[in-house]
Order: sequence, then C-alpha cells, then structure tokens
Amino acid sequence: MSSTDTKQGTSIPDRLRSPFTRAITSWEFLLLCVAILIFFLNVQASPYFLDPWNLSDATFNFTEKAMIAFAMALVIISGEIDLSVASIIALVSTCMGFLVQLGVDTPALVAAAILVGAACGAFNGVLVAGLGLPSIVVTIGTLSLFRGIAYIVLGDKAYSGYPESFAFFGQGYVWWVITFEMVLFAVVALLFYVLLHRTSFGRSTIAIGNNPTAALFAGIRVARVKFFLFVLTGIMSAVAAVCLTSRLGSTRPSIAAGWELEIVTMVVLGGVNILGGAGTIPGVVIAAIVMGMVTFGLGLLNVPGIVMSIFIGLLLIGVIALPIIIRRARQRVGS
Amino acid sequence: MKKLTTLLTAGLLGGAMAISPAHADDMRIALVVKALGIGFFEAAAKGAEEAAAELGGVEIIYTGPTDTTAEGQIEVINSLIAQKVDAIAISANDQDALVPALKKAMNRGITVISWDSGVAPEGRQMHLNPSSNPLIGNMIVKMAADHLPDGGDVAVLSASATATNQNIWIEEMNKVVGNYEGINVVATVYGDDLSDKSYREAQGLMSSHPDLKAIIAPTSVGIVAAAQAVSDAGKAGEILVTGLGLPSEMAAHVDSGASKSFAIWNPIDLGYAATMISYNLAKGEATAAAGGEIGMGRLGAVQLSDSLDGAMADPFVYDASNINDFKEIF
Repeated sequence: MSSTDTKQGTSIPDRLRSPFTRAITSWEFLLLCVAILIFFLNVQASPYFLDPWNLSDATFNFTEKAMIAFAMALVIISGEIDLSVASIIALVSTCMGFLVQLGVDTPALVAAAILVGAACGAFNGVLVAGLGLPSIVVTIGTLSLFRGIAYIVLGDKAYSGYPESFAFFGQGYVWWVITFEMVLFAVVALLFYVLLHRTSFGRSTIAIGNNPTAALFAGIRVARVKFFLFVLTGIMSAVAAVCLTSRLGSTRPSIAAGWELEIVTMVVLGGVNILGGAGTIPGVVIAAIVMGMVTFGLGLLNVPGIVMSIFIGLLLIGVIALPIIIRRARQRVGS
Repeated sequence: MKKLTTLLTAGLLGGAMAISPAHADDMRIALVVKALGIGFFEAAAKGAEEAAAELGGVEIIYTGPTDTTAEGQIEVINSLIAQKVDAIAISANDQDALVPALKKAMNRGITVISWDSGVAPEGRQMHLNPSSNPLIGNMIVKMAADHLPDGGDVAVLSASATATNQNIWIEEMNKVVGNYEGINVVATVYGDDLSDKSYREAQGLMSSHPDLKAIIAPTSVGIVAAAQAVSDAGKAGEILVTGLGLPSEMAAHVDSGASKSFAIWNPIDLGYAATMISYNLAKGEATAAAGGEIGMGRLGAVQLSDSLDGAMADPFVYDASNINDFKEIF
C-alpha cells in the first residue's frame, strides 16, 4: 500500500510503527544508551567511581537542579521559559535566613519558603499569562529583580545559624547511602510524570505548546494553565532552595548563581522541544543523571570546570542538532 | 545515526578522560582555589609545585570551580573526597557554606587547611593568613623609612575612615613609627577607595605639606592614585609613594620613579607554604594545636594562635628588581 500523497512531510502513514521500533528509536532510549556508556567509561577511567558513598555524594550534583528542571520542562513544553529560577532560590533562601534570625523553627521555615517561591512564580505568571508579555523578557527582568532584593538585604554578609533539624533536608540520610534528596527527587519525578502524562492538565500543556490559539478554541484555559505552571516552577524553586540552603548551612546572595542555564540545559538534553509542544519526564530524569555523572566523572579526573562546561555545551549542541541532521539525511535518502 | 552519536560521545568522553589517574604511592595534596584562571591563584599553584618538587613523592591537584561560588567548590570538594586525597588546602569562596563539606572530608581522614581566604574554625584544622596586621603596619612605614635616610614628613592616604583593615594597619603603624628615627606622620586623609577622590586628596597633601617626603597608601586604589598625582605634579622621585598595591597596576609607577617600592603578599610563597603545611599535617609531622608551630620549608615556621590561624610572613616587597616578573601575574 504505497501512499499516493507525494507532498513531503504532510502525509499521514497508513499504520504506526510498532511499539518496539518506536521505543528503540525514541529519544529516551538514545539518552539511556549514552547514560550507560558514560557510566562504564567512568568505571574505566577512575577507580573511585564505583563506590556507593561516592555515588551517593555525586547525586547532590543534580538532585536539586533536577527538581526545578521537572517544572521547567512543563513550562518549556507550554511554549514559555522561566529564567528566574536561580534568583527565586536566592530570594527564598534569604527570606529563610531572615526568619532564622527571628528564631523561627524548621516547619515554619519550609512553609515560608514555599509561600515566597509561589509568590515569585505568581508574579512571573501574572506578567506572562495575565498581561501577555513574552516570558523570556519577563523572567530576565525578575532574574535581576529577585536576586537584587537578596543583595540589598544581605550585601556582602551571610545568614547562618539554621536549626539542627533543618540540616536533614540537604544532609540527611534515609537509609544507608540513600539521601533524603534522592527520595525527594524520585517522588517529585513521579508526581510530575503523572501530571504531564496522565492528567488532562498535562495534555492541555502539550496542546498549548503546539498551538496556543487552537488550544484556546478547543476550550483550554490557556492563561490559567500558564499561570499555574509559573507558580509550580516557583514552588519547585523553593523546594530546591530549602535543600540547597540546608546543605550549605548558610545563605549568601550569590547562592545558586548560574543555575538557570544548567537547568534549561538539563531540560533540553532530556528531549524537551525548546520551541514547546513535546517532551517527557523520563527524558529529563535520564538527562539529569547523565549531567550529574559527567560532571562527577570529570571531577574525579580533576578536569577543570571550564572543560566540563565545554563538554556540556557540546553535548547540548549535539543533542539539538542531531534530530535535524537525521531529518535532513532521511529527506535526502527519501528523494 | 544512533551509532554515530554513540561514537561521537565516546570519542569526546574518551578524549576528556585520557588523563591517567595518580600513582597510588604519592601523597596527593589538593590546592583548591576560588576560581580557575585567576593570575594570583595560578601563581600560588606555581609555589605549590615548587614545594612538591622539594618534598618529592607529592602530587599537586590544582583545582577549583569555573566561577567563584560556594556550590562549585563543594562539588570540587566532593570529588576530592571521593578520590581519597591526603590533604585539601582551600581558599574559600564562603567561610560558612563550605563547613559541612569540609567537615565530611575531615571525618574521612583528610587533612584540611584554609589559606588566603579562610573557612570558619570548625571546617578546617588551621588557617594560613598571608601576613598579619602588625607585620603589615610595620612594613608600610619601613618601606618609606628605608628610602629616607634623613627622615622627613610622611602622610597616610587611606581608604574610607571606617575601613576596618586600613584602620588596624594604620594603628599598628603608629605603634612602631617611633622605631624609625626622623619619620613624622603629619596627616592621615581618606580617599574612600575611589580613584578620583584619592587623587584629589593626594594633591591636597602635597600643597598643604610642602616638606612632604612620602605618601603611604595601604590600599591598592589609593597607592595608584597617589603615584599618579605625584607624577602629574612633576614630583616623581621627590615625593615617594609606597604602601600596599598590585604589581600589575603599579609597574608603570615603579618605572617612572614615583614609587620605589610597595608591598603585598606573594602568591607563590602562599601556595608553597600551604603545601608545606598540608604535607606536614598529613604526614603527622606536626599537629594543629593552639600555640603550636608548623614548618613551612624555606619560609620557616608558622605560629598558631588560639583560633588556630597563623601569619606566613612579612608582606613581600616589590621594587624595580622584581616588578617585571610579577606584573603579569596579578
């Protein structure tokens, strides 16, 4: 049954490829192969890599960033972006530090953090969804704004003296080498998997990313979904801020500087289309682990940080370019 | 296509990982800096290599994050813990945030010291300051006196009136100025570490004290502005400018004769001393105890205070004989 429609790219195939073919040609599968490869290269390259405690320490390289990356993935799938996440961490951490000076205890600190994070996200959300401003411009603005407030409050000083119980979030172990952050990472990943792939909210997010106008005509409340996504990102930034602040035991306004780009890298590496409309949570999970293993593996070999950045940069460019190169090659072969 | 990616990735990773791991019998000392690519720290690494060559059987791991963040240094510390290095000598980006990570390192039997920029006492065994306040206070007036055999009037151009460091140094200087015969401190003015204000204050000193023989500026902004003001007034050689400054910024003024000598820490010595101390502590040849001494090779020994910190040496004096070697460094 050959297709009679000769127009390139517009034909609908007579049947879908088998689930197995789809699985092994999927982005996640390719990424998983890369992850396994990097794992074995690391084992080969350093005798210190395959140690449960070292691997446990290494997870701190990505767990906090990944928690934000899940929310960021949804924002990017919806066709927007949030570059203010690292600055939200700084502001949330500063607020917690301020409250510690007033003698506030752990439960209230966490509650306040979530509240501040949600408020920051809501602020972004109102500007993007309410006023219809482009999210890249809005969040570049709030990137400076949120961290700016932290700098005004703290200057060159630092808040410390967090309560003993607060240290659990970033330094606590649940069982043997399993840290609290790992468990939280897994739970958050699962929640976001359900949200994106198993709820109508998730379907709406993907629809908006593909075509916001069509989504609106299909009865999806586009502005409301986008607003909620920004609030969600704010909340996840606050969760990451709690973990990071707990791990550091202190707050400086420069906390988490530059994380926004690493998080976006993680999301794009995970196969999320930077233009919106496509992406999966398992992809982001594997991408987070890949990035964590690469930085830790290169760190074990004392490769300077700048070389690591170059490597991550190349990985990212390769990952974005690859599908386009494949499509071009297929077209050439097909014609 | 998938094969191609895999190959590409393997090639990239393999290339990056071709660096072979260390010999097991070496003692490995990690020199962790605020960020890579800063001349001051590259020079410290040079000093560390010098110490390693002198000691023998020591491998220096010179490392640090790409930008000056505590999180970056924690990742570096974690990977050093994983490699089971023998000692970590760190110039910290944050005195509090590194404490949990460095505590973990100490718990796993790694010697931890801080140098240059310190860590809170619970996060290290000792801290090495490049110098001490009394040594700095003495050095800034000594440099002026050395070039004024007959004595004369000198004035101080400081940073702001509330600058803690400068005030302490000037206080220490005033304690010892009596040891230098004929030296009179006639005024102390404040340029607020602003180039233009420091420049005007230096001009003011020259006009209100016609017999002025030297300006002492214990601030890297002030000393450059004062040297410029003296040159512009055509008094290079007549009025001496000295104090604390950076070789890269002062090289031109040493050439012009406006400044004969000035001081600042020597980063090479600092890296050398940090390595020597790490080695001695890790070998068990010295312990970090209040009032104790730890050997620093050619630099003698460091005396530890009650808070377990110590001063390396007098600030290092830069003049026409060595400025060209250091102006490229920092």
